[in-house]
Amino acid sequence: MAQKCLTIVALVAAIAVACVPALAHHGAAAYDTSKTVTIKGTVKQWNWTNPHCLLFVDTTDDAGQPVHWIVETQNPLSMSNLGWSGESFKPGDHITVRVTPAKNGRPIGLVMDVVLANGQKLNARNIFADEEPKTDASPKQ
Amino acid sequence: MRMSRIVGKAVIVAFLAAPLLHSQVEPPPPPDFIPPLRVAVPPATVQDGWHRPFPGVVVQPAKPAPAPRHDIGGTWDPGPTSGIQIQGAAARPDDGNPAHQPPYTPLGLETLSHTKPSAAARSVLPGETNDPIVLGDPQGMPREELYELRVTQIVQYPEKVLVLYTYGRVWRVIWTDGRDFPKNPEPRWFGYSIGKWVNDTTLLVETRGVDDRTWIDRAGRPHSADMRVLEWFHRVDQNRLELSLEIDDPKMYTKPWTALYKLPFALRPPDFDVREMIYAPSDVEEYNRLLANPVSDKDSH
Repeated sequence: MAQKCLTIVALVAAIAVACVPALAHHGAAAYDTSKTVTIKGTVKQWNWTNPHCLLFVDTTDDAGQPVHWIVETQNPLSMSNLGWSGESFKPGDHITVRVTPAKNGRPIGLVMDVVLANGQKLNARNIFADEEPKTDASPKQ
Repeated sequence: MRMSRIVGKAVIVAFLAAPLLHSQVEPPPPPDFIPPLRVAVPPATVQDGWHRPFPGVVVQPAKPAPAPRHDIGGTWDPGPTSGIQIQGAAARPDDGNPAHQPPYTPLGLETLSHTKPSAAARSVLPGETNDPIVLGDPQGMPREELYELRVTQIVQYPEKVLVLYTYGRVWRVIWTDGRDFPKNPEPRWFGYSIGKWVNDTTLLVETRGVDDRTWIDRAGRPHSADMRVLEWFHRVDQNRLELSLEIDDPKMYTKPWTALYKLPFALRPPDFDVREMIYAPSDVEEYNRLLANPVSDKDSH
């Protein structure tokens, strides 16, 4: 059972890596797809708008200085197909968000996923059928 | 001899006048490669604008009913990602592989060099693009089917077919009343479309007169004012539709090329609510101010 769980975790990690270059809607020229940044912070604002939804997250750096991140997802229609909505966040929510960071070093990123305070995970990238492991609990088709 | 000359001239006149003389029942052969159609797995249920749940994936019946004759009407869902085509036309993605490139003429290559898409192999930074849709220009034809092709509603009347697209909430008219193309038409973003049934289940459509300011796709492929677009709307069975599309533009491309090959759509129920997807200029301006310009170092920071 433990071996099976490890296999699932490894496969999910592999899928997460494989999904990074496959940015369905947005070109990735501005982002460093070789890196992942994890931000633990507080939601300041959530813009459920075209062309891309914008999540404003406030955190602090290692020196305790405030850092104001702006991170983007796909458009609302694409995100609704992933289970997101205009009510997914409200100001004050404590979240952990993983992003592909901007190449120019600004606090700007492309969202990979978000974990809410209650542990719920919102995935911002599509999972493709040809990468889906057969042993996970994917929705039945 | 005299009669043969008269007949010959009549044939030539008929060829020039007939809009769809070639009844190509099947779409053109696919390119020498077929990029894999990667199908995203959506959630088990999705919610529409009325917060009503629908299956994320349309379940096809084990024994679908046969296709109705001369009927492509319905609400057609290509799935969450198959129609996005971020790298350009699905059958010819601009993915860095030279073998996947359309057959450009020298003019086509030169015109291509002036387009600066913010996606695909020639991508520039978001703040540097000259993609006309960023300015708020309509996508037009065929780009409306080669970028962000989402749930598409088709409504049929005896004399015309209406195609209603999600992206930009736009529509176009395909005339099926036997009319010819107008002579010297003024350019239109979506051109002029006429269609005819080439068999019981395939509507062949030709479009001309498209404003040459539009791009063919997200990758910035250009076209001239003389471009012809051919589409095959093929009703596979009661619940499935396939769309194929070919570009024919001798000024820009040495031969016609397939941009879409049998892209599959599944039939949604008639009460399915189609979400709005509009890139309003005010929203785009705000996005540029908040993110696109800063990430491209084009702000005053």
